[in-house]
Amino acid sequence: MKIDPDRGEPEEVAGAESVEVGASVMRGGMSRRRFSQVLGAGLLVTVRWDGTAAQSGQSRSGRGSPRVAARIHIGQDGAITVMSGKVEMGQGARAELSQAAAEELRVPAGRIQMVMADTRLTPDDGITAGSRTTPSTVPAVRQGAAAARRILERLAARRWQVAPAAVRARDGEIVEEATGRRLSYAVLAGEGDFAVAFDEAIPANVEVTPVREWKVLGTSVGRPNGRDLITGAHRFPSDLTRPGMLYGKVLRAPSYGARLGSVDLTMAQAMPGVVAVRDGSFVGVAAPTKQRSREALAAIERTAEWAPAPHPSSDDVYDYLRRRASGGVPANPFAADLDAGASLLRQTYRTAYVQHAPLETRAALAEWEGDRLTVWAGTQNPFGYHSELARALGLTSDRVRVVVPDFGSGFGGKHTGEAAIEAARLARAAGRPVLVHWTREEEFSWAYFRPAAVIEIEASLDRQGRLASWHFVNINSGGAAVDTPYRAGKTRCRYVPSDPPLRQGSYRALAAVANNFAREAFMDELAAAAKADPLEFRLAHLENPRIRAVLEEMARRFRWAERMKSRPPEGVGYGLACGTEKGSVVATGVEIAIDPAQNHRIIVRRICEVFECGAILNPDNLRAQVEGCILMGLGPALREEMRFKEGRMLNPRFGDYGPPRMSDLPELDIQLLDRPDLASAGGGETPIIAVAPAIANAVYHATGHRIHALPIRLPA
Amino acid sequence: MEKTIALTVNGRLQTVTTDPARPLLEVLREDLGLTGAKLGCGEGQCGACTVLVGSRAVASCITPVGDLEGRSIRTIEGLAPSQTLHPVQQAFLDEKGFQCGYCTPGMILATVALLEAQPNPSDAQIRARLEGHLCRCCGFPNILRSVRRAVRAGGATP
Repeated sequence: MKIDPDRGEPEEVAGAESVEVGASVMRGGMSRRRFSQVLGAGLLVTVRWDGTAAQSGQSRSGRGSPRVAARIHIGQDGAITVMSGKVEMGQGARAELSQAAAEELRVPAGRIQMVMADTRLTPDDGITAGSRTTPSTVPAVRQGAAAARRILERLAARRWQVAPAAVRARDGEIVEEATGRRLSYAVLAGEGDFAVAFDEAIPANVEVTPVREWKVLGTSVGRPNGRDLITGAHRFPSDLTRPGMLYGKVLRAPSYGARLGSVDLTMAQAMPGVVAVRDGSFVGVAAPTKQRSREALAAIERTAEWAPAPHPSSDDVYDYLRRRASGGVPANPFAADLDAGASLLRQTYRTAYVQHAPLETRAALAEWEGDRLTVWAGTQNPFGYHSELARALGLTSDRVRVVVPDFGSGFGGKHTGEAAIEAARLARAAGRPVLVHWTREEEFSWAYFRPAAVIEIEASLDRQGRLASWHFVNINSGGAAVDTPYRAGKTRCRYVPSDPPLRQGSYRALAAVANNFAREAFMDELAAAAKADPLEFRLAHLENPRIRAVLEEMARRFRWAERMKSRPPEGVGYGLACGTEKGSVVATGVEIAIDPAQNHRIIVRRICEVFECGAILNPDNLRAQVEGCILMGLGPALREEMRFKEGRMLNPRFGDYGPPRMSDLPELDIQLLDRPDLASAGGGETPIIAVAPAIANAVYHATGHRIHALPIRLPA
Repeated sequence: MEKTIALTVNGRLQTVTTDPARPLLEVLREDLGLTGAKLGCGEGQCGACTVLVGSRAVASCITPVGDLEGRSIRTIEGLAPSQTLHPVQQAFLDEKGFQCGYCTPGMILATVALLEAQPNPSDAQIRARLEGHLCRCCGFPNILRSVRRAVRAGGATP
């Protein structure tokens, strides 16, 4: 990325109340003038991704200019504002980005005001996903804040007629070292003479504070709006109201693929205060209370006639996916020419469709003002949502605004705009604002799923018990962490798409959970075939020093070697797994017990996890993310599976789905390895990827049954 | 058929005229503007909608408002009427006992009910009491630390 020293259009400098270091137009027609209206006059620094370093899969915005990564504004009142398109959903971006700006501007984190995820105010810096906030947005904010500091220093130096090196920023002021005289950021931001400061070019990459000098980054700054969360004052998207607002509900098909024939709205329309609309296959109601909207929808449901469509069941889905593998399932090219004495092993693994089940289901409040639409919603993808809305409603982009209040979790499940489109259609029909807040059953049934996987692995061992070849095929679930970190003579790892029967999408760590489960469970089978200890077998094939480091540290803390020396008590087993994804590394050891009194339920007693993601930005927040990943990972490992038949979900409720609860909480021993010498990577995903395979390996250790599917089921 | 129901909410007498079958959760949120109690499942399986009726923590999403004539209800908004936080809230803040925060009001109110009945609960009692409360961020370790801190602070009452 770079700080663009371009002074842009003349209007931005001449007589301007604020100056952007960079061009002024963003999506939605946001102009410099609007920033000034919102934030007041002051210094505005715009940070751009340089074209080639843009996040993968993202296009550039119009006018051929690289996309904006962040904006930092210092007002004449001294307020420091960071504008970022990132969202806060519990993962800690709000604190982390505050820290990044505070560090470079030499102020406490509490001085930073974050404006996040508002498509009218904040730059389109991409979706909040893929652990990208830490490695991409944090550096962008640091650069912007460091540039702002540098500009302030130069303004002060100029005013005092001293060399820039004679002044420095400290506690929100610029201080001249020799004399001790000082000027506040507020005063300097009010100078209005920024153009002069720019006579000295700002380098493309402003120097940021080195890790060893961090005072704010690297510390456990809490959630800036934490108090509002524990008092109930914070308004989540589903909490919002607008004057005259109605509650919307949408008619759902009774099964996947069912087509709506006739439907009668008259009963619903006769109910007081109810608006009912049909537009093609879209049928919905809006009413003054949720209760009334349910009653109105029920009246419509009773009249709806549907033509069902065939749909596979969750039991058949793996064959279904395998048969539809795009281009067929590739054969193992290494199987034909095994060396003498080599042995070939093969195994097939499966992981089920699961739901993210964020505690706050999809929620969106839509309000029209003429042909302008504002939507407040919980989404990880505000700008994608914005485009989706504009397309669905036939609006130009500048007629839409999406605002994302901090919302009730996502886990990769809130990238799409269904609820917002529904709310917008109902609000247009009703002529009043409409809130659509999905029920739990809707969220389980109609939100997109983490894809099911069929994974086929073949590997050969040479006479010495070393991996000689490795062939790995993921069908349907994705290519994340599909490549093996283990050295094998010949290696091929592929992802083959299929034609899935359900809507599927992202999830915490994507397919890395499925791929790492299959790989790490199979590594234990290979270790057994090679008559090697699972830890030793892995270390013998691992070159990546970071994975080795976490694995060895985990084994030490978990006392792996000692545990392996003696036979565990009846029904108890130990297992381990490791892996890497998105620039971080993890190793997990678990102790499980099979409880014969509880229908041979698997009890996870203890989990030891060592995780490393470079320089740690916020230790408490990272620990919370790691704990969350580990415990969330227990769900799809042990119980969670969406079961379906004839196009209907059979278990669309918490009680039948079985997400982790307090009783699942094992003894945890978590070690975060800090690597100040490495760039920071995100920590909200990778810590989940070694949980399921470590449990699967421990179940084998306890029972002698190899595990080939998630959720783990023992033979009756 | 609408009915007029009198309830005390956070110490204030309120009357609502409404369908008595409506869940308390929706009356609190839609009629009284108290959005601290959340909808998580609508079936009493997640605890996000927890409020206190008298001294008991109840799932307001499955409690018909018509059943509450004359009862006293406490929501998260009523826990710290002044600027001073309730000790349980303070403990959750200090221990960072939340991630997205959507389950937090329910967790806090369940803890308040627990500590009012049993000021010095064991870990097993705490876990059992919070078993009905889902945190999908799976921040259970910090939630447990928060409750332990509240216990140490001696904290059922402000």
